[in-house]
Amino acid sequence: MAIKQSEVEKIAELARIRISDDQVGEVTQRITEILSMVDQLQEADTTGIEPMANPLGATQRLRADEVTEVDNREAFQSIAPVVEDGLYLVPKVIE
Amino acid sequence: MHTKTVAQLALGLQQRDFSSIELTRLYLDRINALDDVYNAYITVDPEQALAAAAAADARLASGTADALTGIPIAHKDIFCTAGLKTSCASRMLDNFVPPYDATVIKHFNQAGAVILGKTNMDEFAMGSSNESSYYGAVKNPWDITAVPGGSSGGSAAAVAAMLAPAATGTDTGGSIRQPAAFCGVTGLKPTYGRVSRLGMIAFASSLDQAGPLARDAQDCAILLNAMAGHDKLDSTSSEQPVPDYTAELNNPLQGLRIGLPREFFGDGLAPSTAAAIDASLKELEAQGATLVEVSLPHSKLTIPTYYVIAPAEASTNLSRFDGVRYGHRCDDPKDLHDLYTRTREEGFGDEVKRRILVGTYALSAGYYDAYYKKAQQVRRLIQQDYLECFKQVDIIAGPTTPGPAFALGAKSNDPLAMYLEDVYTLAVNLAGLPGMSVPAGFVDNKPVGLQLIGQHFDEARLLNVAHRFQQATHWHTQQGAMPQGK
Amino acid sequence: MQWETVIGLEVHLQLATQSKIFSGSATTFGAAANTQASAVDLAMPGMLPVLNEKAVRYAVLFGLGIGAEIGKRSVFDRKNYFYPDSPKGYQISQFSDPIVGTGNFNVQMEDGSTRNIGITRAHLEEDAGKSLHEDFHGQSGIDLNRAGTPLLEIVTEPDIRCAEEAVAYLKELHSLVTYLRISDGNMAEGSMRCDVNISLRPMGSDTLGTRAEIKNVNSFRFVEKAIRYEFNRQSDILNDGGTVVQETRLYDSDRDETRSMRSKEVANDYRYFPEPDLLPVVIDDSYIEILRKQLPELPRQKRQRFVSEYQLSAYDAAVLCSSREMADYYESVAMTCGDPKMAANWVQVELLGRLNRAELAIEASPVSPEALSGLIKRILDNSISGKIGKVVFEGIWQGEGSADDIIEARGLKQVSDSGELEAMVDAIISANTAQVEQYLAADDTKRKKLLGFFVGQIMKASKGQANPQMVNKILAQKLE
Repeated sequence: MAIKQSEVEKIAELARIRISDDQVGEVTQRITEILSMVDQLQEADTTGIEPMANPLGATQRLRADEVTEVDNREAFQSIAPVVEDGLYLVPKVIE
Repeated sequence: MHTKTVAQLALGLQQRDFSSIELTRLYLDRINALDDVYNAYITVDPEQALAAAAAADARLASGTADALTGIPIAHKDIFCTAGLKTSCASRMLDNFVPPYDATVIKHFNQAGAVILGKTNMDEFAMGSSNESSYYGAVKNPWDITAVPGGSSGGSAAAVAAMLAPAATGTDTGGSIRQPAAFCGVTGLKPTYGRVSRLGMIAFASSLDQAGPLARDAQDCAILLNAMAGHDKLDSTSSEQPVPDYTAELNNPLQGLRIGLPREFFGDGLAPSTAAAIDASLKELEAQGATLVEVSLPHSKLTIPTYYVIAPAEASTNLSRFDGVRYGHRCDDPKDLHDLYTRTREEGFGDEVKRRILVGTYALSAGYYDAYYKKAQQVRRLIQQDYLECFKQVDIIAGPTTPGPAFALGAKSNDPLAMYLEDVYTLAVNLAGLPGMSVPAGFVDNKPVGLQLIGQHFDEARLLNVAHRFQQATHWHTQQGAMPQGK
Repeated sequence: MQWETVIGLEVHLQLATQSKIFSGSATTFGAAANTQASAVDLAMPGMLPVLNEKAVRYAVLFGLGIGAEIGKRSVFDRKNYFYPDSPKGYQISQFSDPIVGTGNFNVQMEDGSTRNIGITRAHLEEDAGKSLHEDFHGQSGIDLNRAGTPLLEIVTEPDIRCAEEAVAYLKELHSLVTYLRISDGNMAEGSMRCDVNISLRPMGSDTLGTRAEIKNVNSFRFVEKAIRYEFNRQSDILNDGGTVVQETRLYDSDRDETRSMRSKEVANDYRYFPEPDLLPVVIDDSYIEILRKQLPELPRQKRQRFVSEYQLSAYDAAVLCSSREMADYYESVAMTCGDPKMAANWVQVELLGRLNRAELAIEASPVSPEALSGLIKRILDNSISGKIGKVVFEGIWQGEGSADDIIEARGLKQVSDSGELEAMVDAIISANTAQVEQYLAADDTKRKKLLGFFVGQIMKASKGQANPQMVNKILAQKLE
């Protein structure tokens, strides 16, 4: 199934990846190829088949409500790109 | 000494024939001398390794050693190692030094093993040739113009070139088995949930599994003993008890029923590889196994199924890489949007970006039912095929790959051709089953592998079959053709 | 054109667990930035979520409290969007298989009438962190302490028809969740946040109009005002023949208006899919039954019982049942002092008034139910008058002891001895002969007034301790 360049641009925006103008064409082509391959899925008859959540059909274990973590801010923020007063800084978010 | 297996080295350490420091130094020297050729390692920290070796020696002296105490192990650079760079072979994490260990690493540390270094891989585990790494391609020690396979190419090459006695890898669609086959080493992907995924950087959450690569099945069993087990901090981790995987290695194969899917022996398989596999199967027959033809009717759909589910899950697993809390951040972002889009443009390589986009598309409005949901339904059909077979056979066998290692650059411009390399391995992850690759011969002077697929949690049986096979064959001990360097 | 307002409310309720929903970090309010953010909360590479049992328990209790279906197999989904306060780039929520299904809320209006508000569903999800926009020279500061706090998102059917109903619903919801002790439901502190979906349609129509969503309104009053503002704004547009834009808006309490949130113009495709790091949550019948047995008497049941058992008005019952603590306090007093009506009066007027002035919750009341009951008993047995009772109450509040202690210590006991009272009356009569003459010459109406004068004098002379009823009787007799 052919995918339009405008759709690729929309998807890139959803994924927050900048694709330069000179690359968009090639990326569109590659993705079209992959999606064409993937379209083979439509051949399968999946009536009444439950989608698989987990290959072992297991269910979620519940954890007791206990505080098990301590303040490790220093270690975590020592590897952060931009921090100030214990906060992670990003370009201003306008609400 | 570098040709010894982990089992042999452990004995040597316990008998005090040599120390862990000597052993570790030996490998560090070999890496220093030879790895420029193979590029199997991204990070080696000799100081940290020797300190661990010293501690191991103390344990060995006091008689409190475990099977892996003092053994140097190389770890795929996808496992977070506290205080040691963990890059996932990506520019995005080129500066990432985690303050925590993956559970797998914790297990090895508790066992007293030594972290030899972090091995090269395809970026974010996405690839089958180890050509997409930010740190450059890994070369196959058997033929340095050929790929080692991927994504655990660095680990497989390190073991093959004897730059580590054993290594860890991860397998999402074949990433342990295929490089093991290409590099002539033994690799095991355990049952989904057998090994904890905590601290193992996620690619496709419902498919990823960590496992060992080593010279033989016995070593894989020793490593699996250390790696396996329930982790209550990983919700997908299994509470199935962990047996001693070395206990049944020597069981005779009399009465073993081996299923051979006709779909694995069709046109895609190169004739010379087919011949090596046939010879291997005859060997198993000679030991008392029965070969049974079976069918996996939905085989043709494994590639499209995988290439929807894996990218979809990966696309969201990689959303956390945004330049805010760790990792790469673009310079002078002009606003939040710019921070995100430019950081991710710069941080991710082409294959990673492609898969994120495909995955995002597969989940997007209007396409979810046709792609993601459909793929998860077909996935169940694929698993059912295997479960059906296991009603008549104990294990399933076939080639690990369609042929031996291909040349560097041969498929790097053709993603679809690259994806076809995984045709025999993908379904095993989709079904959550355990799978192994064992060296099974040579084609064009390069190794090929025999794949063994087991029922859920039947790793002991796979290791047993592999071990018995290896006692009767010697593919796994050959090193003669390998360039040794100075 | 007559417009009908159609309102649906989405409330995000912070659940009162000790640790977060997917990690073992503490949830206590007010910690220094990022000191309660673990590797999981920070979305560090390789981190995985593990589900807190108490969050599940609280969700099920809520479902049982509104008589809803409990989702015995619920699933977590990833809701994908990029925002700095959501570190994974997705929020773990529940989309297609929520833990609580359809239920009902019976809401009592101030006039005593009731409305039935349908609950569409309630689901578990994780809260996001916070962004601070001041003080960072053109940047925003992100604090992830709150990221991962468990939320229960409760969605109503569009059954609400006016601001009063909306507020009544929110008050009832607050009551229920505090009774169940699953949340402190504090809107001002952000543990209960309300999104208002509001649209208009011609009266009598049954199709829905285009709605606006007003996000994160954090008080009952603001919900009311926001609804009123929106009604006016939308009806103006529609009356002029225009169309309402479907959008997200914010309520600005300083200006009492709603404003469009421009930054959210681009439609978000959340790409929901089942969270692969978590498995389906399966709850069995025995788990549900254990919780059902743990349900306390719910607010509506308790109010109805107070009305029938204690003969209280609906209004009084509502005030006394506004919290379990209040209701328990009241019942304790009512049952031990034996006069539910007097107990109701004292709790609502004296005690509540005093607590509000001191900004104390009833749990922190310096006057215990036993002490208050003791005080009321002394009024009932005529040891003291109601007026003196207030003095004694203040004494108990100040920690001087029980009612009996204070009455004894300060000699406040009402004089009810007829001999003593007669002597007092005689004394006043002899001291006020002019007024006595006036009284004897007056008619019935004037007599009533003049009697009050004598009573007043006696009360003054006795420092308020003369039994007023008896004084009245004796005076009337003696002045014959």
